[in-house]
Amino acid sequence: MNQAERGTYAYLRHHKKFPHVWCAGCGIGIVMGSMLRSVQKLEIDQNDVAVVSGIGCTGRMPVYMDFNTLHTTHGRALAFATGLKLARPEMQVIVVMGDGDALAIGGNHFIHAARRNIGLTAIVVNNSIYGMTGGQSSPTTPLGAYTATAPYRHIEQPFPICELAMVSGAAFVARGTVYHVTELDKLVERAMRKQGFALVEVVSYCHTTFGRANNLKSPIEMMRQLKDNSVPMAVAEKQGAALAQGTIVRGVLRDEDKPEFTQLYDQIIEQARGAPPPRKRKVPRGWG
Amino acid sequence: MTAQLIQGNRACALGALAAGCSFYAGYPITPSSEIAEIMSRELPKIGGKFIQMEDEIASIAAIIGASVGGLKAMTATSGPGFSLMQENIGYAAATEIPCVIIDVMRTGPSTGLPTSPSQGDVMQARWGTHGDHPIIALAPASVPEAFELTVTSFNFAEKFRTPVILLMDEVVGHMRERVELPDPASVQVDDRPMPGVPPEWYEPFGSPPSDVPALAPFGEGYRYHITGLLHDARGFPTSRLDEIQPWVERVFRKIDRNLGEILQWEEDGLEDAHVVVVAYGSTARAAKQAIKLARARYGRKVGLLRLKTLWPFPEDVVERAAEDAQRVIVPEMNLGQVALEVERVVGRHKVLRVGRADGHVITPEQILDAMRESPTQVSRRRIASPAARKVEP
Repeated sequence: MNQAERGTYAYLRHHKKFPHVWCAGCGIGIVMGSMLRSVQKLEIDQNDVAVVSGIGCTGRMPVYMDFNTLHTTHGRALAFATGLKLARPEMQVIVVMGDGDALAIGGNHFIHAARRNIGLTAIVVNNSIYGMTGGQSSPTTPLGAYTATAPYRHIEQPFPICELAMVSGAAFVARGTVYHVTELDKLVERAMRKQGFALVEVVSYCHTTFGRANNLKSPIEMMRQLKDNSVPMAVAEKQGAALAQGTIVRGVLRDEDKPEFTQLYDQIIEQARGAPPPRKRKVPRGWG
Repeated sequence: MTAQLIQGNRACALGALAAGCSFYAGYPITPSSEIAEIMSRELPKIGGKFIQMEDEIASIAAIIGASVGGLKAMTATSGPGFSLMQENIGYAAATEIPCVIIDVMRTGPSTGLPTSPSQGDVMQARWGTHGDHPIIALAPASVPEAFELTVTSFNFAEKFRTPVILLMDEVVGHMRERVELPDPASVQVDDRPMPGVPPEWYEPFGSPPSDVPALAPFGEGYRYHITGLLHDARGFPTSRLDEIQPWVERVFRKIDRNLGEILQWEEDGLEDAHVVVVAYGSTARAAKQAIKLARARYGRKVGLLRLKTLWPFPEDVVERAAEDAQRVIVPEMNLGQVALEVERVVGRHKVLRVGRADGHVITPEQILDAMRESPTQVSRRRIASPAARKVEP
């Protein structure tokens, strides 16, 4: 066991719940490893880390990690985390979600958390499908793919997760894949360091459901797709319009300094405490 | 003590602050919005936090999150928002996270009659979320009581680690009355039980003698897992019968064994009453007036049982009150919700429902009318309403 492995090993809950629920070959464990290595590298006290999740395969991630872990309802992880972050602004609050969790049932919370620019590290593991329930279409299922609920082919456009976060106002937005692990480690680490809403979209896969329905039966084939179909930011910029449709662009898409919500709220507290008593307002007559 | 002429919603907000509330998350909805407005102004003054969320689902999620962080937290809403909150109310019940939900009831179903009064959310407060779970719901009848019962709601939530719902009707929420606000220091405030053991021994969902396990806030060194999946004493998901069964029994037992404290009611002239009125919220005020008139005008022996606690339903209290009565009248601004419970306890032939769901309050005259009816009419269980929808035999 090398030092990095020993480190992440210390962050696992060994006494309970292993082996994990994920299929052999799943990408979620790779994302979890990136998170643990980032916590270790940044030397954040375990007691100061909270991991919040919703429902789905990715939602099961927190239970294995020895932090303060909150497994909430489907789609609502960011809303729970918003309350927790306001109560404990000093904590590193990491929210892990799947694509269905974050963008279908939780889509509203996703854009609003980004709009508020609240200091959460949001990690969306995008496998383009609802894995836990058996491979139904998700908001990121590509056009033309086959799923358990699109047996003839999927006819809806996929959500561009990173672009959605950017137009909503997130301070930090990055995209990685579970194939490019060292790069992913760096992206997650930068996201954790960021003050403000930091999103990392991790493109993963589900060979069990998506792969089976789309002629990509093994994790190796799906990994190879991630390798062949993705380019770093610099290459994408160079290619410009020549970039093939559907290419995954990896790297940091945005890194801006802008005021973070809990810090702004601290200013409100200062203002409210120091302000003279508010002017007496005219109370409307009748039913107020 | 200071006397003020204030609205029920304000009394509720002030009660929350007196109880130690330091977090509010909500979404605007009439007739509850004043509570949010007041909290947005007052909370930062005491270092508390206010946030307006994107919807009611997010609102209750945020207060549960803040409560996990150690803050006393609340939200306020009305029918449509209360409907949206249901799933996460179940989450709070399953994970035993203290939180207070104020529901200022307006006429439904759906958007209904914004924002005429109603008491139509009583059953939803009990059964709105899926699965079996204990819940506490209280109903104030006046502005001073809105203050008191909000404090009580927080105390119950923290002490028993449960969501508590304050069912305020629109009349109480928007009515202005004189309130003698107590000195904040004199208000009885209870806090959640905190662990007295080192983290490695800590069981956030264990079975202590009190049946209410200690709740450590996140970030204090007690690293543990919270999940809406059924869980063991440490909080880890389980499907083992020997771990689930004790949990299910305990969460109900922790409420049942404290009924003496949780059940609150008021009696007026029940001792020799032939007719007993069971009422709650603003409707109890009409009932009080009806009783006064019945005694003065007709010399009738009538009594009032006013429920402050609606859930858990005070079965024994109602049973005792109705024991010697020939008739039990249940007036409420719905077509029979608490009446269903009263019927379950005292038998349906004794009970006369006086309900309306048209956005108008129940008048003392309506209740008086019900008192005048013969026992045979009562046995037909008709619903008295302004339209007098008589069910013919």
